[in-house]
Amino acid sequence: MPINAESGEFKPMIVAFCCNWCSYAGADLAGSSRLSYPADVKIIRVPCSCRVNPLFMLRAFQRGADGVIMCGCHPGDCHYTSGNYFARRRMALLFSMLEYLGIEKGRVRVEWVSAAEGQKFAITMNQFAETVAALGECKRLEDLRCQP
Amino acid sequence: MPAVKEIQEKMRARAGELLRDGGVSMALGWKRGEFCHDPEPAFFESEAELDNFVYDGFSSPLLSKYLIETIRKDKQKGEGKGSKFLVFLKPCDSYGLNLLLKEHRVERERVYAVGVGCPGMLDVDKIRAAGVKNMRSFDETETEVTIHASSGDKTLARRDILLEKCLVCKGPEFAVQDEVLAPGLPSFEGGDRFAGVTELESMSPEERFSFWRNELSRCIRCNACRNACPVCSCNKCVFDNPQSGVQAKSNADSFEENMFHIVRAFHVAGRCSDCGECSRVCPQKIPLHLLNRKFIKDINAFYGAFQAGADAEARAPLTNYEFGDVEPGAVVKRGGGA
Ligand code: SF4
Ligand code: SF4
Repeated sequence: MPINAESGEFKPMIVAFCCNWCSYAGADLAGSSRLSYPADVKIIRVPCSCRVNPLFMLRAFQRGADGVIMCGCHPGDCHYTSGNYFARRRMALLFSMLEYLGIEKGRVRVEWVSAAEGQKFAITMNQFAETVAALGECKRLEDLRCQP
Repeated sequence: MPAVKEIQEKMRARAGELLRDGGVSMALGWKRGEFCHDPEPAFFESEAELDNFVYDGFSSPLLSKYLIETIRKDKQKGEGKGSKFLVFLKPCDSYGLNLLLKEHRVERERVYAVGVGCPGMLDVDKIRAAGVKNMRSFDETETEVTIHASSGDKTLARRDILLEKCLVCKGPEFAVQDEVLAPGLPSFEGGDRFAGVTELESMSPEERFSFWRNELSRCIRCNACRNACPVCSCNKCVFDNPQSGVQAKSNADSFEENMFHIVRAFHVAGRCSDCGECSRVCPQKIPLHLLNRKFIKDINAFYGAFQAGADAEARAPLTNYEFGDVEPGAVVKRGGGA
């Protein structure tokens, strides 16, 4: 959402839900390996990707996110055995519904990132930030009551 | 005598029998509402009360949901323990009851479910659209309905004034019942219930967005859709939370309505039996079935055909998974459930 007052450059606000066991550790690794990814990616740590209620995603948009991404352990690697399988079904349906309501395709994404994939985390976030930046501010899911 | 009236008399007689013989302590049915076209759900505790019993082409309200409260109150009273409640079900209503049973909202042993044949339920808006004003009464058969109104008498083909859900009827079978009265009425099944969804899917995102803006911005957040729904049966609903930001209507922007409708549809995804009640009760005529059916269509496409409520044992698609399930990214790329 923030548009730099001086340069007029648009920097999307991105919310990333990362599961504690794989993706958050992956993000950590990206950090400790000094890989760069956009500073506007706000990471929210969740115990498991399955914890991500579709409402959380919508809530993030409500509070001004321009893109929301959910990261979890690779299918088969979930710390709780099957959480990410349930999350996968939910997200598939949610994404399809958002598209059906005419929300731009690129604003939501799911990516499986393991604890060893710091690089993948950084690349994913860079790509995602690019996609969302190209889409511009999220107007179709905005909530004026939450504007600063 | 038209078949529908006969069924009504059969039902009234059977309810009387069951109430008298002590088999059931209360019967859930319909009685005449303010107008002839809005029979309302009603509780009958004695044979005498059954004089008001109505079953006709407008008996669409789904009754099973009232069982939750009825049984709860009965338990609170502490008396009448173990008494049964009679509920009348049209074939499509039986899916809703099956879901209530499956989700442990209603105990099977407290219910006596009587299935009744359905002639296809009528849509008063379609009757009005046909030029009828101030409808006073009507006579119906399985194929024709004659309306008596201040605008004069008019006979309409039943098929032309059916509710949308009846044009895509699930058929005359019951998903759950203890006995069936008047089975085998012809149903109007055969329509493509996903036609509307497919049409929307073929539009551009901009067109879709403005279509839904136009529809959803009319929502007044009366919660009728939620209250009528047999699977919206949580004790505590997320929309009743004053912190949710979606408890009341905000006129400011699109978010509140999108949020409400996405979440409501999502909460019933994989559980919605497509009974059509939400769309029917919406005072703003918002086509909620287009949201529910999108989920149903996607579920069918991604995870295999599933009819909620048909089988009380089956695992709902969202509480299940397979290793090879489609990736959310792939869904978006290929543009929804095709
Ligand atoms: S969402 Fe609508 S169609 Fe689906 S079960 Fe509930 S009331 Fe029936
Ligand atoms: S019944 Fe219609 S107007 Fe009422 S809350 Fe539901 S969609 Fe909105």
